[in-house]
Amino acid sequence: MNLDFSQIVPYIPFMLKGIWTTLQFVFVAIILGSILGTVLALFKIGSVKSLRWFADGYTSIFRGTPLILQLMIIYYSIPQLTGYDINPFMSAVLAFGLNSSAYISEIIRAGIQAVDKGQMEAAQALGISYSDMMKDIILPQALKNILPALMNEFITLTKESAIVSTIGYLDLMRRAQVVGSDLFRNFEPLLFVGFIYWCMVMGLTVIGRMFERRLKLSD
Amino acid sequence: MIKVQNLYKKFGDNLVLNDISATIRQGEVVSIIGPSGSGKSTFLRCLNLLEIPTSGTILINDADLTARGANINKSRQQIGMVFQHFHLFPHLTVLENLTYAPVKVKGLKPAEANDKALLLLKRVGLSDKAAAYPSSLSGGQKQRVAIARALAMEPDLLLFDEPTSALDPEMVKEVLDVMKDLAKSGMTMVVVTHEMGFAREVADRVIFLDHGSLVEEGTPADFFANPKTERARGFLEKVL
Repeated sequence: MNLDFSQIVPYIPFMLKGIWTTLQFVFVAIILGSILGTVLALFKIGSVKSLRWFADGYTSIFRGTPLILQLMIIYYSIPQLTGYDINPFMSAVLAFGLNSSAYISEIIRAGIQAVDKGQMEAAQALGISYSDMMKDIILPQALKNILPALMNEFITLTKESAIVSTIGYLDLMRRAQVVGSDLFRNFEPLLFVGFIYWCMVMGLTVIGRMFERRLKLSD
Repeated sequence: MIKVQNLYKKFGDNLVLNDISATIRQGEVVSIIGPSGSGKSTFLRCLNLLEIPTSGTILINDADLTARGANINKSRQQIGMVFQHFHLFPHLTVLENLTYAPVKVKGLKPAEANDKALLLLKRVGLSDKAAAYPSSLSGGQKQRVAIARALAMEPDLLLFDEPTSALDPEMVKEVLDVMKDLAKSGMTMVVVTHEMGFAREVADRVIFLDHGSLVEEGTPADFFANPKTERARGFLEKVL
């Protein structure tokens, strides 16, 4: 093994900038995925048949095809079909947000269905409206049960974000490749960003634990 | 106050309530008793439309609950319900359990709702538990909070669905005491119960259901001393 990390030192600021570019779109994608996922979950448990079909069809498509393919289609086809020149950031946010909303909707659906049916009945008996009941009574309880599964999804999303390097988005992964081809040494930059990915995931894990502890206050 | 006419309820092909008609007057305490599977809980749950009747009408204060386009949520605000398994909101404190619906549904000011809730907690003997979460309460305490939560909406009518069935024996009394107190204060109550003692002492009227039919009704004194029907006699022999 002739690893020589001293060689990548000049490139470290360049690679560290990738943390921000990665986090930027991961963050937006998580928000988009969560909002869309919640809406889809409410469609799935709702009583309107057409919305249920839509949500099920949506999930089946986005879970049934590879993420990298969805990313490619969004990045390359939108300009061709609509003339709108979509940038890599928007494509990444769309692909990851839409894709993870399919998974998140399933997690949230399971969480809602795991809440004791009596909770809904108690809320109904008090005359609480459906939207208030979902927002204040059912979803907070569901969230507590599904938090570990949600954190899992966010962690997966953070790591899989490396796929955007294939459309030229200068994220962590892409920066490692750029440095690698500049130096003709690939291992060191790859190991370096690997460590950064690990740190980011650990950060997420800690945040998740903190949330879990806060939600456990009522136990 | 409540008028039930020709109420039918089917679950699939299973007829659970068979042509029930009954009237409950203002201030009356009615106990519904009967063997398990007789449809008494289903009947109670029809009164606030937690179960949708297959046919028949339910009039509450002359408003038809079962009418097309009736505002169910509006009607439910006048009908409190206490469940066998309490169903307190576990992520809210006791006080928040009591204030949530009055603030959200009735539009009370939070301070006003708080004051009222504290008075109600005092009434059920749980003033010191306002800040506690339901998980830290005993079964009897939970059920008393549940009663206070229902009262916080100032309902005209309270429904009780086997309120003491999930409690340890030593906690039954504290809940029944609260209910007796309520009955004395003139609250209209419909109580599905296995507590024959409660039915006998507190109820103004007893309704006996069996196999989904209203078999017999009368004052507790009459009903327990000389039941008119064979089925009521058979039931009472088993439970008394």
